Amino acid sequence: MQIHISTNDGVAIYLQIVNQIKYLVASGRLAPGNELPAIRVLAERLVVNPNTVARAYRELEAAGIVEKRRTAGTFVSDQGSPLARRERIKILTERIDALLAEARQLDIAFADVVKLVEQRHTALQPARSES
Amino acid sequence: MSDPFPSSAPAVVHISRVTRQFGTKTALDDVTLIVPRGGVFGLIGGNGAGKTTLIKHILGMLKPQAGSVQVFGLDPVANPVGTLGRIGYLSEDRDLPNWMRVGELMRYTRAFFPNWDDAYAEELRTAFDLDPQAKVQTLSRGQRARTGLLVALAHRPDLLVLDEPSSGLDPVVRRDILGAIIRTIADEGRTVLFSSHLLDEVERVADRVAIIHQGRIVLTAPMDEIKDTHRRVTLRFGQSLDRPPTLVGALSCAGGGTEWTYICNGESGQLRRAADALGATVVDEASLSLDEVFVSRVRS
Repeated sequence: MQIHISTNDGVAIYLQIVNQIKYLVASGRLAPGNELPAIRVLAERLVVNPNTVARAYRELEAAGIVEKRRTAGTFVSDQGSPLARRERIKILTERIDALLAEARQLDIAFADVVKLVEQRHTALQPARSES
Repeated sequence: MSDPFPSSAPAVVHISRVTRQFGTKTALDDVTLIVPRGGVFGLIGGNGAGKTTLIKHILGMLKPQAGSVQVFGLDPVANPVGTLGRIGYLSEDRDLPNWMRVGELMRYTRAFFPNWDDAYAEELRTAFDLDPQAKVQTLSRGQRARTGLLVALAHRPDLLVLDEPSSGLDPVVRRDILGAIIRTIADEGRTVLFSSHLLDEVERVADRVAIIHQGRIVLTAPMDEIKDTHRRVTLRFGQSLDRPPTLVGALSCAGGGTEWTYICNGESGQLRRAADALGATVVDEASLSLDEVFVSRVRS
């Protein structure tokens, strides 16, 4: 599980962990049932306070991305759950907002953005089926 | 946002209204600071801000001229045995006896601490790749720091105090030190107090931060709260302005014409309402790095 922490851009560290794990799950690099590292292990690896990792895991659990199991450990949840889907849509919504804002600044009409999205979808199709 | 009584957990360090002068220079000016039990407390400030002087009061090396210091509920000057035996300390200049060998230093230090853990000391020595036969004098800067860290950690102190632990060290040794901080507090109930001017390190490992500037505490709060309540907002105004209008909570402002960027103390909602009241639109809003918070706090 590859996570990179940066203290330059002001984003709270727990949030960087949350966002990156969400991304790893949404992109399939973390699959349902995969176990996340123990809090202490990840804290040492990322060189961050263990409480920060604990907070990130709590947020991920509340968002339905991961679940704690009784015996031990934190695992990626089954992403079919409505909560997980809502979360994935939320991630995508943020990206779409950023895209639309940028399109507006670059003076590209909305219809052209939609067209471009369709084009890219077609262009990426073969690469997708390979992976 | 001063936060003098932050936690229900009993304080490990309780500094109350301490003032200290060296000649005509005021090193500490009416300082009140509480370090709660558990977690990592980062003390940040520029050179000569008073960090080391404050730490020396905690260790009982300086007696407060005014005010009081309590460590584990005891006065460290009157009761050095009750306090120092539970503190592991790494000083900025890492003053170790040069004439000793590493192994001798370990045996020597061991005598002062009833809780010294031989197995742990040996584990650290191996992990830090320290030769017991090496003379302290001949050690590299990094190995010297690791030796200092070993003797500070091996009695598993309730309070670990590190004064500028990373200064002048390469990234590998700095990582060892940060790793030691993290492992120390992962042991339930232990507390770390460390001073640093490397704010990215503080942001990574501290739960709670105090900013000291010219002998005064200008801000003390949990890290999360600092991140939540310091923001950079860029406002766009209806017409071009020569000077930015006053925004509540603004610590500094830069820009020109119709767009001005404020560094603010306040939560997002408050700031947006304040911007509304000025008839401005928020075109950008972001949280700040600890570095930016520090600069805006000591400049304002």
